[in-house]
Amino acid sequence: MLKRLIQSREALLTGAIMLLLALIFSRFPGFVTPANLANVFNDTAPLILLAIGQMIVILTRCIDLSVAANLALTGMVVSMINVAAPGLPIALIVVIAVGLGTLLGMVNGLLVWKLAIPPIVVTLGTMTIFRGLIFVISDGKWVNSHEMSPAFKAFPRTEILGLPVLGWTAVIAVIVFSVVMTRTSLGRAIYAAGGNPRAATYAGINVGKTQFWAFTISGALAGLTGYLWVSRFAVSYVDIAGGFELDVVAACVIGGVSIMGGMGTVVGALLGALFLGIIKNALPVVDVSPFWQLAISGGAIIIAVALNAKANRVKGRIILKRAERAS
Amino acid sequence: MKRRTFTKLTASLSLAAGLFGTTALAEDNMRIALVVKALGIGFFEAAAEGAEEAAQELGGVEIIYTGPTDTTAEGQIEVINSLIAQGVDAIAVSANDTDALVPTLKKAMQRGITVISWDSGVAEDGRQMHLNPSSNALIGNMIIKLAADHLPEGGDVAVLSATTTSTNQNIWIEEMNKVMGDYPGINVVATVYGDDLADKSYREATGLMQSHPDLDAIIAPTSVGIVAAAQAVVDAGKVGEVNVTGLGLPSEMAGAIENGASQSFAIWNPIDLGYSAAMIAHALASGAATAAPGSEISIGRVGTITLDETSSAAMADPFVYDASNIDQFKSIF
Repeated sequence: MLKRLIQSREALLTGAIMLLLALIFSRFPGFVTPANLANVFNDTAPLILLAIGQMIVILTRCIDLSVAANLALTGMVVSMINVAAPGLPIALIVVIAVGLGTLLGMVNGLLVWKLAIPPIVVTLGTMTIFRGLIFVISDGKWVNSHEMSPAFKAFPRTEILGLPVLGWTAVIAVIVFSVVMTRTSLGRAIYAAGGNPRAATYAGINVGKTQFWAFTISGALAGLTGYLWVSRFAVSYVDIAGGFELDVVAACVIGGVSIMGGMGTVVGALLGALFLGIIKNALPVVDVSPFWQLAISGGAIIIAVALNAKANRVKGRIILKRAERAS
Repeated sequence: MKRRTFTKLTASLSLAAGLFGTTALAEDNMRIALVVKALGIGFFEAAAEGAEEAAQELGGVEIIYTGPTDTTAEGQIEVINSLIAQGVDAIAVSANDTDALVPTLKKAMQRGITVISWDSGVAEDGRQMHLNPSSNALIGNMIIKLAADHLPEGGDVAVLSATTTSTNQNIWIEEMNKVMGDYPGINVVATVYGDDLADKSYREATGLMQSHPDLDAIIAPTSVGIVAAAQAVVDAGKVGEVNVTGLGLPSEMAGAIENGASQSFAIWNPIDLGYSAAMIAHALASGAATAAPGSEISIGRVGTITLDETSSAAMADPFVYDASNIDQFKSIF
C-alpha cells in the first residue's frame, strides 16, 4: 500500500511537470526543445544534488540548513586553492571539494549525534559559522573569473553526449543514491531511523549514528556542488547561493519527502528539484511580471505541502517492507 | 579653556619647530589629510595616488594619506583627533559612519581646519561640503550611453537589475528612462531582476537572450548582475552579438572584457576622486573658494562642480573602463 502511494505521488508529480511544460509551451514554444530542456536540467543539477542530500537528512527526522553555506565555503576554498596553485589537476580539486564538504557535514552530524542538539539549531549555527569563515578566509574579497584557471572553469561545461558534466553529475548522483537508499543496509537504516526511531533502536539500529551519516552524505554532496557552482558562475564571494537552502528544502517537500521523516525517495527529490528548476527557468521567458514570480514559486510549494499533508494522514508507519509484504 | 589650548598649541608648535628647525620651509606647505575608511584597500590607495597628483599640480601641498586599520568609526575618530593635534590645514574624509564622526569633525572646524567628506559622506553639520563620485542623473545617462555607443544603428537592449526594491538601481533606471529620447533607435525591451544573486541573474540573462533573440545589449547596473550576465553570454555562445554593460568593478569584470562579453562598463574612477577631493580641500583651505550652497569650485582637469542646497556636489560622469585601461585598474579595485 505504501509503495502504491509513493508511486502515485511520483506519477502525480510527473504529470504536474508535464502540465507545466505544456503551459510554458503555449506561451513560449522555444522552451520545450531538447537542447533547452538539457540546459534546464543542467541548470537544475546543483539543486538536484543538494536535494538528494537534504532528502536523506530529512528522512532521519533532521534538517540541514547549512547546505548552501557549506557549498559557498567549499566553493571559496577551492577557488582560492585554484588561484594559489592554478596547475593543480581538476580531479584533485574535486577530491578536496568533496572531502571538505564531508568534514563540514560531519561537524553537523557529530553535534546532532553526540550532543543531541536539535538539528535545526545545529545547522542554523553552522550555517552562520560557515558564512563567517568565508569572510575570514577571503577578507570579503571576490575570486573573479579571470583569476580562475581555464581548466577549473571548463570541467563542468565539458559536454558528453550533449549534456555538460554538471548535468551528468546529477544523473550519476541520482543513480548511485537510488541504489544506496534501496539496496544497502545504510539506506534502509536511514528510512527506519526516521520512520520509527524507537522501533529502529529495538531493531539494533543506532539512530544517532544514522543521522550522523545522513549529515555526512549531505555535506559531501554540498561540497561537490560547491566546486561545480563557483566554476559554473565563474565567481566566488561570501554571499553565493544565499538563501538556496530554502530552495533545497522546498524541492524535497514538493518531491513528497515527509518533513516528519521516514518517507521519500531519490526520484521524488529529483522530480521536486526539476519542478522548481523548470519554474525558475521558465518564469524569465514567459513574460510574467517579476513581482508575481515569488508568489508563484511560493504557491507551488504550498500546494505540494497540502498534497503531502493529505497523503500523510492516511498512512501508517512501516519500517520493514519485507515484513509487510509477507503479511 | 581657550587659553590652555592656545598654550598647548604654541608649546607643540615650538616643539615641532625645535625638532624640524632646519626644515622651516616645510612648515609653509599646506597639509591636506586624506582620511580613508581603512588602509590597505586598493580603491583608496588609488585615491591617494590621485591626491598626490593634485598636490604636484598645485605645488606647496603635502598629502597625508591615513586611516584606521579596519573600517570602524572609532578608528577614524582616533586618526582625526591626532590630525587635529598635528594642526593640519584640511581634512578630506571618506566616513565609516555618517553621524559618529560629526562631533570630532566639528572640533576640527572650530580649530580652523577645512573639513570635507568625499565618497562616503558625513552629516551636514560635520563638514563644509561633500563630494559624491557621481549623481543619479549622470549614472542613469551613462548606463544607456554605454550600450548606445556600441550600437550606432540602434538596437534592442534589456536591463538586468538587482531586486525590485533596490533603491539605487530603481532611481538609476528611472533617470535612464528620462533621457531615452537622446538615444533614438535604442529600445529597452525588458527589465528583469536578478536579486543580486549570481544564479538568478544568470538565469534571467539566459532568459532574456531566449525571449529576445535579437537582443544587442544587456545593461546591468549592479556588480553581481553584470558579472553573471557576462558569464551567461559566454555560455550561450553569444559573445560579439550581445554586449554586457552597466556598472561593475574592474577586478570583477576583467575576465568579461578579456573574452569580449563586455565591450565597456563604468564605475567611479578612484584616482579622479582623490584628485578632486585634494583640489577642493586646497581651494577651501586657501580661501580661493567658499563652501556654500550654489558656489562653484574648480577641480583642475576634472572640471568644475556646483554645490547643491546640502553643500554636496557630484564630481563627474562615471568613468568608462574598456580593454584599453582594464589592466591598469583590475589590480586596484
